[in-house]
Amino acid sequence: MKAVYALYRNPDSAQRAFTQLKKAGIADRRITVLSSEPMEEYEFGQRDRRTIITWLAAGGGVIGLIGAYLLTSITQKVWPIDTGGMPIVTNWTNMIVLFELTMLSAIATTVITLLITANIPSWKKPDLYDPLVSEGRILIGVANPSNPSLIESTLQTIGGGVVKKIE
Amino acid sequence: MIHHRVKPTDRNMIEDLLRPVLHTTWRFYLAVAILGGIVLTGLSTWMYQAYNGLVVTGDNWPVYWGFHETNFVFWIGISHAGTLISAILRICNATWRRPVTRCAEAITAFALMIGGIFPLIHLGRPWLAWWLLPYPSERGIWPNYRSPLAWDFFAINTYLIGSLLFLALPMIPDFAMIRDRSTGLRHKIYGLLSKGWYGTPKQWHRLEAAMHIMALAIIPVAVSVHTIVSFDFSMAVVPMWHSTIFGPYFVAGAIFSGIAALIIAMAILRKILHLEKYLEPIHFQNLGKLLFTMSMLWGYFVFNERLTTWYGNGTAEMPVFQATQSGRYAPLFWLMVFCNFVMPFPFLAIRRMRTITGTVIASCGVVVGMWLERFLIVVPSLSYKAMPYSWGHYMPRWPEVVIMSSSFAALVLLYLLFTKFVPIISLWELRVGEHSELKAAESVQAAEAAGELV
Repeated sequence: MKAVYALYRNPDSAQRAFTQLKKAGIADRRITVLSSEPMEEYEFGQRDRRTIITWLAAGGGVIGLIGAYLLTSITQKVWPIDTGGMPIVTNWTNMIVLFELTMLSAIATTVITLLITANIPSWKKPDLYDPLVSEGRILIGVANPSNPSLIESTLQTIGGGVVKKIE
Repeated sequence: MIHHRVKPTDRNMIEDLLRPVLHTTWRFYLAVAILGGIVLTGLSTWMYQAYNGLVVTGDNWPVYWGFHETNFVFWIGISHAGTLISAILRICNATWRRPVTRCAEAITAFALMIGGIFPLIHLGRPWLAWWLLPYPSERGIWPNYRSPLAWDFFAINTYLIGSLLFLALPMIPDFAMIRDRSTGLRHKIYGLLSKGWYGTPKQWHRLEAAMHIMALAIIPVAVSVHTIVSFDFSMAVVPMWHSTIFGPYFVAGAIFSGIAALIIAMAILRKILHLEKYLEPIHFQNLGKLLFTMSMLWGYFVFNERLTTWYGNGTAEMPVFQATQSGRYAPLFWLMVFCNFVMPFPFLAIRRMRTITGTVIASCGVVVGMWLERFLIVVPSLSYKAMPYSWGHYMPRWPEVVIMSSSFAALVLLYLLFTKFVPIISLWELRVGEHSELKAAESVQAAEAAGELV
């Protein structure tokens, strides 16, 4: 059997299923949770919450700042424009370019980090998916289970959901 | 009076919001054909202008900046409501924002694209546009970061890229939803757009974290963009341009016109796409309050700008001041004051009048008024420069009027096409809002049952 899962309309039922599966000895990482919206107020929605995306974005901003400084100052020295004794490297006006490229770099780093860590785009099909998730159901299940009957019976006892199997 | 809102069910919500994407009527094709025709006329006029040169426009010595430059500033201003408002509301966790954000962010993206084209149109010879880009050449013109036009290049592109990403990222879960409900080519296209999105907790956390960071980053970028657009004017020693107030004045004006455009767009979408259950009177009420605040702020800036000029009584500045207060441009100036300040006041200040119709009427006035404001910033100062021998007047000719009209049609066309391919209200964000409300109501009920609430 490839997978056993249940679809729940109610997040409370999904949470009960998640808890029961863990009590039945299924490791947290082996339980698949899919939903059509973030479920942060439930334990099953709290998984993989920790991220360093903020730090990476800040790092990206710093790299952008340094890059922008080098771009402006070096190129102004390489192709100098002498405007009547005014400075060649014009830090006041360069600050605008520095600011924009810092923010652009931070934004780009954020997006790249999101795509990499959330695995988007991915051409690998998931072990477990049901299009009804898009209709608002919450999927709780186990892919490639070692003891399918235990999982099926555990999910059956919860109620409030529809248990399905992928043979 | 208490309005008891009829809550749409989850299924109804999906069907209501995906209907425009999944079903196409003849009205859509007709609208695309008409708008496309207007846009094509505008493009042909641009080609005509490019072939014959800027001599076919009203731009002439000493006023070389006319309608094209006015439209550039106007459209960049319109772009300011979307991403900025959406980002602020997202950071403040304003729950009423959910149906509004995507409508707003789309305006930013399209208005920026249209605004960004006007400097090219104004070039006269757009095929030489690459001369504006920094590149190493024997002429040694590369690293000129002292020019406000170079600042524009960096600022507008940063804002455009940031806004497009800010708009696109929350679309991925909605694309996955369309993927799961469609077949054939549509299934393949949306499958490609949402490749790899299945709604795991990790994906949701990363998306929300990324959106939060981008919201924080995009606010200062948005402020910087219009400040830098104002630098196009205030860095020049031209009467009534060389002012320290121009940065915040432009930003306030941009947000002001942007909110007005957003209200108009929302009202049209509400009517045409039958989104009455989602774009509710409360959204117009709240945006109306914001518009009112911006109207006051705009009035404050205009008063400051005018008072300091009048009190300073500068020889070079007074002719421009007089021309706008009581001279050639006075009718436009006072019409601007009426549209931006006097007319919206009752519709926005009086609660009973802050209805959908009231806010739309006020917003239409503001859009007209803000276009006039941009015109009055650009043209009179160039008409009355420091030396009287360089005085002259500007009168637009038909190519400028046609190109301007087609830019408005272009925005509507882009918006129409957008609603055809993307749900104009973010489905998943709306779901979060509905569930949060439900959860809150359940908590209150539970507390009441336990006797905790009286």
